[in-house]
Amino acid sequence: MNNHIKAILWKQLKDTIKNKTILIQFIMFPLMTIVMENAINMEDMPAHFFVNLFGIMYVGMAPLTSIAAIISEEKEKNTLRVLQMCDVKAIEYLIGNAIYIILICMIGSLIIGLAGGYTGINLFWFMLLMFVGHICSFLLGATIGLASKNQMTATSINVPVMIVLSFLPMISMFNETIKKFSKILFSEQLYLLVNNLEQIKITLETGVIMTCNIVLIILIFLVIYKKNRISC
Amino acid sequence: MKAICIKNLKHNFNEKTVLDNINFDVDTGEIFGLLGPSGAGKTTLIHILTGQLKATCGDSFILGISSTNMTGENYRQIGVMMDNFGLYERMSCYDNLKFYQMIDSNKNNKQQALKNKHMFDKNIESILNDVGLLDAKKTLVMNLSKGMTNRLAFARAILRTPAILFLDEPTSGLDPTTVEAIHKMILTEKKRGTTIFLTTHNMYEAEKLCDNIALLNNGKIIEYGTPSDICRRYNHQKRIHIHLKNGEDISLEHNIECGEQIKSYFLEDAVETIHSTEPNLETVFMELTGRKFER
Repeated sequence: MNNHIKAILWKQLKDTIKNKTILIQFIMFPLMTIVMENAINMEDMPAHFFVNLFGIMYVGMAPLTSIAAIISEEKEKNTLRVLQMCDVKAIEYLIGNAIYIILICMIGSLIIGLAGGYTGINLFWFMLLMFVGHICSFLLGATIGLASKNQMTATSINVPVMIVLSFLPMISMFNETIKKFSKILFSEQLYLLVNNLEQIKITLETGVIMTCNIVLIILIFLVIYKKNRISC
Repeated sequence: MKAICIKNLKHNFNEKTVLDNINFDVDTGEIFGLLGPSGAGKTTLIHILTGQLKATCGDSFILGISSTNMTGENYRQIGVMMDNFGLYERMSCYDNLKFYQMIDSNKNNKQQALKNKHMFDKNIESILNDVGLLDAKKTLVMNLSKGMTNRLAFARAILRTPAILFLDEPTSGLDPTTVEAIHKMILTEKKRGTTIFLTTHNMYEAEKLCDNIALLNNGKIIEYGTPSDICRRYNHQKRIHIHLKNGEDISLEHNIECGEQIKSYFLEDAVETIHSTEPNLETVFMELTGRKFER
């Protein structure tokens, strides 16, 4: 692994352990899943209800808010400028952060999956779907971090995006109109897939929606990246 | 080769001209001071020289390389300390320096990495010792005082032993003891052969440290030279003030005739103090701009 990426990874490990705002994002949902799975047990509740719900909320919140907070803080405090002057390439910076954030989120997802009783092939699919979701969410968060001048701006953009991604799949269970809209979101598609892990089937519609989401997120990221440049 | 060379440099922010036709060179190994009040364009010039900002027109060169074309290897030769320090608040002094040293390290093989680790530790501890922060090496940056943070920022800037060091108001808002400590560190770097580009609005600092200075006002260089040359250039009164031991104050014209008179006072051992009337840099600035040196 490239030295710059290693250094960024090392720095995040040292820094995040003391950054409560980010740390809480990583541990909140796995912890809530363990608690809810053990505390609430209703007869007519769908199987793996809390696991799937909190899993998708984790996807919609943790990578998005943490990378947006990291980039916007570095921009605000001008540490990104210094890194640029140390010849750290934007891609190295993003990869270093992506490895760190996605790795932690995958550990969190594993805890969520195990807490919900997923094993074997079901656990594999659950983790795979979480991984795709974490990447989409990471790129969206990085886009928000890039577009924001400081942490306050990042938070004000983050919150509505986070609510849409995390809560719409849950609300759509109760409202058909919302369901029609939320269907186009990657988080809703992931929610539908994790709800049916036993007979998982990726339909053409799901494939098209997921591909469009990923392409769109990458395009938005590239446009904002070109406009703002990570080091400015 | 000049360490820094600036030719016809101009920069606008929207319609406002913040730097206008800037021309000067900085020799290798000298301490160059850019003086001006807040908002004069000092920090903008550092941003342009370090490639953080592209000038509207004109050229600037660092060690012969255009500021706009600087690559990683060129950046390795410069150290920058600005008021926004580039330090991570939740990390300790030691970890901050270690992170930047890891970034600067090029080696990939394990043996070299192990060797580097010992060198890292030794180098970081030595620098922390130089800036008087060895005892605070495990202290988080967020818990440091302003003076200590400045010293750590200075340590970060010199970590890679740069050929050119850019210091943007390094002593602004600090107590006299810390100012003195930073001055010592700057002079130590000069002894090592580092070229230092210093911006300040502290005239005393400029007179004490700088080999050459430029006065910047409203984006224009209004005077350039050594501090003593500039002060002599604006010595319009050309008088000698003598305070005698008997309490009498005498003011003489600065010419050949008064030489004999001064000699006689000295022969009589009557002189308590003797001063010429060169203005200080602040007075020169006021004369040139008609305004005080606002901070």
